[in-house]
Amino acid sequence: MKLKTFPGGLHPPDNKEWSANKAIETCPLPGELVIPLAQHIGAPAELCVAKGDHVKKGQVIGTAKGFVSVPVHSSTSGEVTAIEPRPHASGRNLPAVVIRPDGEDTWVEGISGADPETLSPDAIRECIRAAGIVGMGGATFPAHVKLTPPENKPIHTLVINGVECEPYLTADHRLMLEETDRVLDGIVILKRVLGVARAQVGIEANKPDAIEVMTKACAGKGIEVVPLAVKYPQGAEKQLILALTGREVPSGGLPMDVGVVVQNVGTAAAVSDAVRRGLPLIERIATVTGPGVTTPKNLRVRVGTPLTHLVEFCGGLKGDPAKIIMGGPMMGATQLSLDVPATRGTSGVLLFREGEIPLRPEGPCIRCGRCVQVCPAHIMPTTIAAYARLDLIAEAEEFGAMDCIECGCCTYTCPATLPLVQAIRYGKGAILAKRRKV
Amino acid sequence: MEKQLYLSSSPHIHSGETTDKVMRAVIYALLPACAVAVYFFGLAALGVLLICTLGCVAAEAVCQRLMGKAPTTADGSAALTGILLALNLPSSSPWWMALIGSAVAIAVGKQVYGGLGYNPFNPALVARVVLLISFPVQMTTWTAPAPLGSGIDAVTSATPLGEMKTAVMLTGQIPAALQGPYGDYFTGNMAGSLGEVSAAALLLGGFFLLARRIITWHIPVSYLGTVVVFGGLFWVLDPARYPGPLFHLLTGGLLLGAFFMATDMVTSPITGRGMLLFGFGCGLITVLIRLFGGYPEGVSFAILLMNAVTPLIDRFTRPKKFGFVAPPG
Repeated sequence: MKLKTFPGGLHPPDNKEWSANKAIETCPLPGELVIPLAQHIGAPAELCVAKGDHVKKGQVIGTAKGFVSVPVHSSTSGEVTAIEPRPHASGRNLPAVVIRPDGEDTWVEGISGADPETLSPDAIRECIRAAGIVGMGGATFPAHVKLTPPENKPIHTLVINGVECEPYLTADHRLMLEETDRVLDGIVILKRVLGVARAQVGIEANKPDAIEVMTKACAGKGIEVVPLAVKYPQGAEKQLILALTGREVPSGGLPMDVGVVVQNVGTAAAVSDAVRRGLPLIERIATVTGPGVTTPKNLRVRVGTPLTHLVEFCGGLKGDPAKIIMGGPMMGATQLSLDVPATRGTSGVLLFREGEIPLRPEGPCIRCGRCVQVCPAHIMPTTIAAYARLDLIAEAEEFGAMDCIECGCCTYTCPATLPLVQAIRYGKGAILAKRRKV
Repeated sequence: MEKQLYLSSSPHIHSGETTDKVMRAVIYALLPACAVAVYFFGLAALGVLLICTLGCVAAEAVCQRLMGKAPTTADGSAALTGILLALNLPSSSPWWMALIGSAVAIAVGKQVYGGLGYNPFNPALVARVVLLISFPVQMTTWTAPAPLGSGIDAVTSATPLGEMKTAVMLTGQIPAALQGPYGDYFTGNMAGSLGEVSAAALLLGGFFLLARRIITWHIPVSYLGTVVVFGGLFWVLDPARYPGPLFHLLTGGLLLGAFFMATDMVTSPITGRGMLLFGFGCGLITVLIRLFGGYPEGVSFAILLMNAVTPLIDRFTRPKKFGFVAPPG
């Protein structure tokens, strides 16, 4: 049978065997947790504790500021030792609450769950918002916002993203295998919130065990598990929707424009915890892997754990790291140091050593057309990049720069090793700046 | 961690395919054709190959030196141009002509435009056409094949395409000798330029390029398909006057052109649809020149003419962007 997919894309060697068979381990608490107030797209949370306060596990330490925002919670009980800018995954130093765990790990009072069947969709949405749930595939968009579509955009399908198409990462894979019930419960709750009859779980065919377990679990629940071709970026929202439903999200539009809401499997699991048990999002599964770490592992990680601590729990560094990446190798962001903490959006930490990262001089474009062949947005990366580098912003826009999903396929495949997606990203920035001015 | 960490934007991995690997792969793909040329045309062929290859590399180095640019001869593109040029010349080419061709290919065909990636026309073909116009006698003096060890001296001979053109002009008929069987044309035992004679060697190289994903099927298939269909149409109408599709395919530079010259990335369109259109244009012009033009062969002119419209083709075959669909009803 031909597996469903989207046109374009490619698949780099997936290197998942490093950690795919490693059962999830719980990473112990570090000596210090650094919890950034900005862990989601949208307005950062607003601080509501002070230095010296004793906080409990699950206690709100930052309140949501606006609709596209969620509260931030303490990941354990302990003392707030500092509130100051600390290294953040974005590369900047951003306000963070530093907590020294007291080792008791005592929950804040009043944590209680409810049977989702007895809750109204609005009540469930509120649970999800209050728990601070964001898109856990890495985009960290507040989940309740996606679950509140305007009335003129009826939703008919819930798409669950279990694709995990980034090489090296296996966190979602392990989650589906080991915590199937949480994921399934989350999907059922999400269906209820949206009032949809139809849910589809997309999983890349390179995770046959996860497909099998999920298919069994979903049988008879109005949830369809669909194996998808192994192709990057199959997990990109619009590509996933096209593969599963055959619908193309219009340029500049959102999944809701074609009646679809997409949530990641990790998000679904977090939704289950939030509604059924009343738990805020204070931990997640992340893969620590790459040639630069001694024992690659899948870890249950408290939000705020510095990467150093994660690496230590994985047997420490193997050699000197030359590149530290938070996320996958295709879309992850390089880090200045291991002092950065894991956040709600951290799907993995990847370490490369000298010689394991491509560093080649860029040559002239030989017009081979590979970037055009692989582009899942069906734009012409080389042309747009050339315009962007010449600051011909209007031309870059006309050729579809804003439709670029920044998957990096073009740069990955370019024989001239041109930084195509980087140039397009620059062009997008310039286009947005121009729009703001007008 | 004393060491400096690399910071860069994603992606952090690369396919490993590089320009010089691409160029080298095309050179490997041409080796069977080179070997066949040396087998049938002897040391003369080897000489032309060496002069052109070294000539092009030297020309590239000199040009870049004069222009104050960093040398890029290591990327293999100049050597590739040299080999392609040699394969487009008769084995009897005098050394000075091969050398002039090399200088023209690199200087006029490539470096004046800014070097690799910026030349609108295939440099080897630019040189070939310049030589054809400047030295028509040397460029159309063909040697009959004399396999190594056969002890036969080089004798001049017409190419099958040339023979056909003359015969049709004189008598209005294709001579019986040119109507098959075509076994010799397939192996390369015929008069012609170094690299065009052996269909077997060219197909071998062409399939290697396809398998190695250096080229895509679009240009060879649409080019050859157009020649077969369009050329075949005339043949069906008047088989006495027009050659059949197989004759078109096996003689002249068609296979060399379709797999190695028209597919030159720099000078051909960038999109799949563009490539199909490009191959179609090449096929059409090739057949028109072969059947009705002043020259017996039309591949070089066809490709150069289509090179000229490549930017236009690119403009009109832009892919349909994702998300530009009518909203579902």
